[in-house]
Amino acid sequence: MASSLTLRAGLLSLLIFAAFIGAWQWATLPTAGVAGNVDPEYAALVSGAAAQGAKSAFPTPADVAATLWGHLKDPFYVRGANDQGVGIQLAYSLGRVIVGYLLAAAVAIPLGFLIGMSPLTYRALDPFIQILKPISPLAWMPLALYTIKDSGISAIFVIFICSLWPMLINTAFGVASVRKEWLNVAATLEVGAFRKAFLVILPAAAPTIMTGMRISIGIAWLVIVAAEMLVGGTGIGYFVWNEWNNLSIGNIITAILLIGLVGMALDLALARAARLVAYRE
Amino acid sequence: MTEKPLISIEALARRYPKRGGGETTVFEDLWLPIQKGEFVCLIGHSGCGKTTILNVLAGLDQPSSGSVIVDGREISGPSLDRAVIFQGHSLLPWMTVLGNIAFAVSSRRPEWSRETVRAHCQRYVDLVHLSGSEHKKPSELSGGMKQRVGIARALAIEPKMLLMDEPFSALDALTRGSLQEEARRICRETGQTVFMITHDIDEAMLLADRIVLMTNGPQAEIVENPLPRDRLAASMHRHADYYPLRNHLLEFLVTRSKSFASEIEGRPYDPRKPAVVRPCAVAEDKVPAAASV
Repeated sequence: MASSLTLRAGLLSLLIFAAFIGAWQWATLPTAGVAGNVDPEYAALVSGAAAQGAKSAFPTPADVAATLWGHLKDPFYVRGANDQGVGIQLAYSLGRVIVGYLLAAAVAIPLGFLIGMSPLTYRALDPFIQILKPISPLAWMPLALYTIKDSGISAIFVIFICSLWPMLINTAFGVASVRKEWLNVAATLEVGAFRKAFLVILPAAAPTIMTGMRISIGIAWLVIVAAEMLVGGTGIGYFVWNEWNNLSIGNIITAILLIGLVGMALDLALARAARLVAYRE
Repeated sequence: MTEKPLISIEALARRYPKRGGGETTVFEDLWLPIQKGEFVCLIGHSGCGKTTILNVLAGLDQPSSGSVIVDGREISGPSLDRAVIFQGHSLLPWMTVLGNIAFAVSSRRPEWSRETVRAHCQRYVDLVHLSGSEHKKPSELSGGMKQRVGIARALAIEPKMLLMDEPFSALDALTRGSLQEEARRICRETGQTVFMITHDIDEAMLLADRIVLMTNGPQAEIVENPLPRDRLAASMHRHADYYPLRNHLLEFLVTRSKSFASEIEGRPYDPRKPAVVRPCAVAEDKVPAAASV
């Protein structure tokens, strides 16, 4: 039963994919040419045939597949600052996300622990968290650029600030809602503060903390694209923006696809890690 | 009773502030000595503060006034000398059976090596008949097995006293019966001092040497168990003293607990020495006047 369901779901997925590609192909069919008044600059950008309607300016599925193949064949080339392989651009973005994310975890988890353990700090810090949490991370960018004076570090800072809140809030919540019975067990066994923190509270709160970490990595990967469009230089966000300036839609679609795949991989990795610390009551 | 008790509950009281001023008294002026090696059961209706008393004894809750003396010292908080078996099993779900017990043992004996702790835990796993399930997680165990782990964890730290809060109430009747018998065997073999809370008369009759009957007021009556010490759940109902005892307990809980205050009115009632009753088939001269209903 289960395998047949998997099979049917797979077939349906293929069907949806085929329908999508078909619709795309149909939408990019060449239209009847309206030869004559074509802006020569526009023609120079999108190729003469496209400008005259003999070919759609939007690439067909086959065009995109060819572009994608081209990128995958040689992902790590470097031909000057503005022409680097898509693999290198993704690596830059991933590097920024990982550094910012790890810094955020290093701050959020201990701080969240502290907040969760003490109702006083919970109450005292709550208004700050509530105000800072809904701020778009990109709003920090000018401030970061002004104070840090380095665009690369500013991007990392933006990732840091956007990953911070979900991890902080989930850690505090997880620690604050550890079951009273488990704390009573620790109390009657006269367990010391450190053993209690690491052997009772941390494992009890771990699934909630992991949920926060999973939300954070998702947000960080969303934000890095926008941040790199702003700061420029390297990264997959910059690549997308650069290709927009080149009006190379095939490259943009390729990048979008790769962004999705990397995001999915990050999420799966954290889901796997979450399973390691999960427990059943 | 000339021997100094292991535990002495003295003038214990607990009051909660009432909404809109004033106070609600849960219990007050409660006195109870517990001798070493004794099994004492506390029976009372819900709301009479049974669990609060146990939590105070465990050090998890503070009384409004009065004190608990253990071994000549007033208790100030939880201690490894007083192990608690909780109503819900309270096992840590991310640890194995052995891990849960070892966590307790290594808290008690931080100087022990891993192997010593392990060997010690294994003895208690065997004692509660859980051999073969050492490496299972609590979620893989049945309710009865979980409670056995709780018992093993409490016994493994070799406490001076065992506190049990309705430990078998969440189990089905069959499991409960066999576990009660096992608990009795273990406690007798190890000479463990036990204070247990229950609302099950048969459980109290099987396990306890003395049964404390609580009213919802401050008064209490203490019943001595006349049944032979080697009683078994399967055969104790044939004993001549079984029904007198059972009827006495039942009557107290059903009717006398409400009228107890008026019953003893006019008579001198010393909360330090509540009436002690020993319901037997043959009326003994031991039975004090207060018990003749």
